[in-house]
Amino acid sequence: MSLKPLLETGKFVVTAEVGPLKGTDTTEINEVAELLRGKVDATNVTDQQSSVMRLGSLAVCHLLKERGLDPVFQVTCRDRNRLALQSDLLSACVLGIENVLAITGDLPSLGDHPQAKPVYDLDSVQLLWVISRLNEGYDMVGNELKGKPNFFAGAVVNPGADTEAAFELQLIKMEKKIAAGARFFQTQAVYDVDTFAKFMKRVEGFKIPILAGIIPLKSVGMARFMNKNVAGVFVPEELINKMAAAEDKARTGIEIAADIIKGLRGMCHGVHIMAIGWEKKVPEVLAAAGL
Amino acid sequence: MILSEQKPWEEILDYLAGENNVFILGCNGCAQSSGTGGPLEVEEMKRKLEEAGKKITGAMVIDFLCQKALVKSRLRARTQQVEDADSILVMTCGIGVQAVSAAINKACHPACNTISLGGSRGEWQGEERCLECGDCLLDYTGGICPLTACTKGLINGPCGGTSRGKCELDPEKDCGWELIYERLKQRNQLDKLRKFIAPKDYSKMMANPKMLSTSRYALEQSD
Repeated sequence: MSLKPLLETGKFVVTAEVGPLKGTDTTEINEVAELLRGKVDATNVTDQQSSVMRLGSLAVCHLLKERGLDPVFQVTCRDRNRLALQSDLLSACVLGIENVLAITGDLPSLGDHPQAKPVYDLDSVQLLWVISRLNEGYDMVGNELKGKPNFFAGAVVNPGADTEAAFELQLIKMEKKIAAGARFFQTQAVYDVDTFAKFMKRVEGFKIPILAGIIPLKSVGMARFMNKNVAGVFVPEELINKMAAAEDKARTGIEIAADIIKGLRGMCHGVHIMAIGWEKKVPEVLAAAGL
Repeated sequence: MILSEQKPWEEILDYLAGENNVFILGCNGCAQSSGTGGPLEVEEMKRKLEEAGKKITGAMVIDFLCQKALVKSRLRARTQQVEDADSILVMTCGIGVQAVSAAINKACHPACNTISLGGSRGEWQGEERCLECGDCLLDYTGGICPLTACTKGLINGPCGGTSRGKCELDPEKDCGWELIYERLKQRNQLDKLRKFIAPKDYSKMMANPKMLSTSRYALEQSD
């Protein structure tokens, strides 16, 4: 079953992020596909994550689809203008891709081609509106399409925004995204279940499926790096100490992720696991979480 | 006012490779204010080029190299010096170099890079910037421009990259959207944030082709 009907059934959904590598070697993608098939409900393919040039999301979504997984095509507004975005969305449709995640995208200056010209012709809210237009059978300026897609569109939200303004702005933007056509959300990584519960309480009235972001910790350094550099991510000191004391860091990181997932069940509609290079360990995380 | 900076010395020397005789032109307008092409800089350039073995056939500073008629009339008295030169090194902004190159039939080398003003109209003490987008959004944003206050120029709200009110790209820079939020909150106008702002017509941000291809603003046309 694909993502949309699954979320409608109320099942606790699991999606996993797949980050294409730099180059044309697809060996690892195929291996990951084999390991994840049947274990996760959808695979979400990043679009040149962190503004680092890589193999494209569309091609990898297609490969995953061919291998029996339900891909979520991540589309950022960073690298394509409105013509290219609409065209790529139509291309995704004819390749059988049903899910799209619309995001603004990191600034190129943070990636490996800082000289690049950032596009941002549209923003994430407008892109969701464009996807809705395409679904209705029109391009964004009102020209009729011959054959139309039927995308299930998703968006992102940062539940850990750390000032009143940032938090309220996230909620306002979330509502705008829903009005523009977002049908599910995935969040920035969650480590503190109580804080996330407060966020869920605030968005309860939106009546929209939310997949909580999960990033398994690999090391103490990684946790500290995220606390310092990744907006909206907060790894509590208690978890950092647990990692520091652990003999088998990988195992402990997986167990912590599994505990968070267990804590989130019943609170939100599923989890989105961003393994960042640890895609092959996702089945272990799920097993430990009892999923 | 247009801001410029001098090109790296090696780059200038590279332009002049194979040329022995150079005429230097400076500008008493913006380049003088930028400290890149006024009398002092022209004098310094002359000294350095002579040290590098070049013969300076002449050097001159003109008020506003962007005025072709003025450039032509002022250089008339220096015709021989210009003719003796292999090229002209023009120490001013991109407009000045283009104007001189159009006015004088001689190879012109730019000595400066013109710096983006990032939406400021010249240099002044203030944080307000305007990108001349042709479709002002300030009504929705409490009088703070999201195109210039937000690093990504987002117009429907912030990205998820703020940390303690600062932009992820620059910890010194306030998140423009948080400033907008606080301003609107203060004025009891937070509802403005709920409006969906449709995709902008970015063609309005491109200069009108007519303006680019005519000399509408050039002085000589109004003579």
